[in-house]
Amino acid sequence: MDKRFVYADNSATTKISKPVLDAMMPYLTEHYGNASSIYSIGMDSARALLKARETVAKAINANTTEIYFTSGGSESDNWAIKCAADLGAKKGKKHIITTVFEHHAVLHTCQYLEKHGFDVTYVPVDPMGLVHVEDIEKAMRDDTCLVTVMFANNEIGTIQPIKEIGAVCRERKILFHTDAVQAIGNVKIDVAEMNIDLLSMSGHKIHAPKGVGAMYMRTGVNLPNLIHGGAQERSKRAGTENVAGIVGLAKAVELCTQNIEEKQARLSKMRDRIIAELLKIPESRLNGDPKKRLAGNVNISFRGIEGESLLLSLDLEGICASSGSACTSGSLDPSHVLLAIGLPHSTAHGSLRISLSDENTEEDADYIIEKVPKIVEKLRAMSPLWERILRDEDIDAEN
Amino acid sequence: MIYSEKVMDHFANPRNVGEIEDADGVGEVGNAKCGDIMKMYIKVKDGIISDVKFKTFGCGAAVATSSMATELIKGKPIEEAMKLTNKAVIEALDGLPTVKLHCSVLAEQAIHAALSDYYTRQGIDPKMILGDVAPADMCEI
Repeated sequence: MDKRFVYADNSATTKISKPVLDAMMPYLTEHYGNASSIYSIGMDSARALLKARETVAKAINANTTEIYFTSGGSESDNWAIKCAADLGAKKGKKHIITTVFEHHAVLHTCQYLEKHGFDVTYVPVDPMGLVHVEDIEKAMRDDTCLVTVMFANNEIGTIQPIKEIGAVCRERKILFHTDAVQAIGNVKIDVAEMNIDLLSMSGHKIHAPKGVGAMYMRTGVNLPNLIHGGAQERSKRAGTENVAGIVGLAKAVELCTQNIEEKQARLSKMRDRIIAELLKIPESRLNGDPKKRLAGNVNISFRGIEGESLLLSLDLEGICASSGSACTSGSLDPSHVLLAIGLPHSTAHGSLRISLSDENTEEDADYIIEKVPKIVEKLRAMSPLWERILRDEDIDAEN
Repeated sequence: MIYSEKVMDHFANPRNVGEIEDADGVGEVGNAKCGDIMKMYIKVKDGIISDVKFKTFGCGAAVATSSMATELIKGKPIEEAMKLTNKAVIEALDGLPTVKLHCSVLAEQAIHAALSDYYTRQGIDPKMILGDVAPADMCEI
């Protein structure tokens, strides 16, 4: 195939779609009024916010008054966890339950709270990358104030039993938060049916801009503020509203939650074709459950090679993807998600994540399928580790 | 993180990749757990590094520093090769991101390990000439 540009890192961020940009444009140009102002261009902005709130609420079966706009997934996660902890502490409840493979916005927030007198249980996940409800239930204590479990994992795409976890939390009267940043638009979300108290979402994963997100807070939960200041967001989240961003987020939520099943069917077919073809490469493995995963998520490890080299080589061919290697995680260790599902370090270093969106085509998949095996072969040919694997040496024993 | 054009060039077109079957010295440093291993082969003729090859498992900087290190010692007197430092590798590559500096250290160590093996094969204690070759068994960023 001729060289082409294939963006296959949609779990990292996405391109702003045309309808989203079109919806935003008036609020980036002539409708610049502050939504708190009384004159007409201010009221235009206030009306836009109201409409956006209705759209987002409807998409997850929430009430309009239960949606708060934020700067993104990380802020929503921080708000939910720190402020639920605050509420808990007032009642003498200082125990939080989460899982080992959460996004860092959750993990690092929990670690911060541990330094401030909270006790956190990190529930393990199974080798397929799934959380078990029983493990959450077993971890519950009388002083548990919050359970936070991601809806879908950002690296291996596995979809968690959120409704069931929500049910045990509701039964025990424990607040339940889910980071749904990767799930929205890929899985049907019904906050009422799924027993969710708090939910985080982000714009830039669904073809809206970066720097905008939302939080769903069930009526009656009433968390204190994370951001103090003006009376915006019904005095719950200060700061002049990012009207254009919020309008973009709402448009993106509206679009991505339409025809989810149809979109999933198309994407999961493409995903499974890529997985089947790439698993033909010797010494490769799929990370995460093959079925209970996001329709666009492929995560495969190739033994004997390192992820960053793989990504740079793919980039030279025009393909954007990501990896869980230490070099790309910016730390000493490879991805905590891949280690959590039991991969040895050396195998985790050689992982490749391809995340597709509705903008990807079958031709993109063909191109990926053509290029990846050649690159893996080239990198293996120059890898002293691959030599050892071929000699059947136990490469992980020495460490 | 940004790689210089030279780093990308040496990553995309690495020089001296491969093995030397009848090498006079072979050195390997790094480990699978940390995510980088470098293996260097040298051929010495009349006190000159007449040939050098490498194989590397690791990130873009690991490949580029290996490639550049081989270029810097190829055809040079062995005494000069001994003096190769990670700084020289960094400079020749127009710099490295801070988090990748350890790759240049690994490249220096790999060259020294190959030279050390060469001296051992010659019946000379490499410590007398090279001093202690630092082990690279800790993962670093």
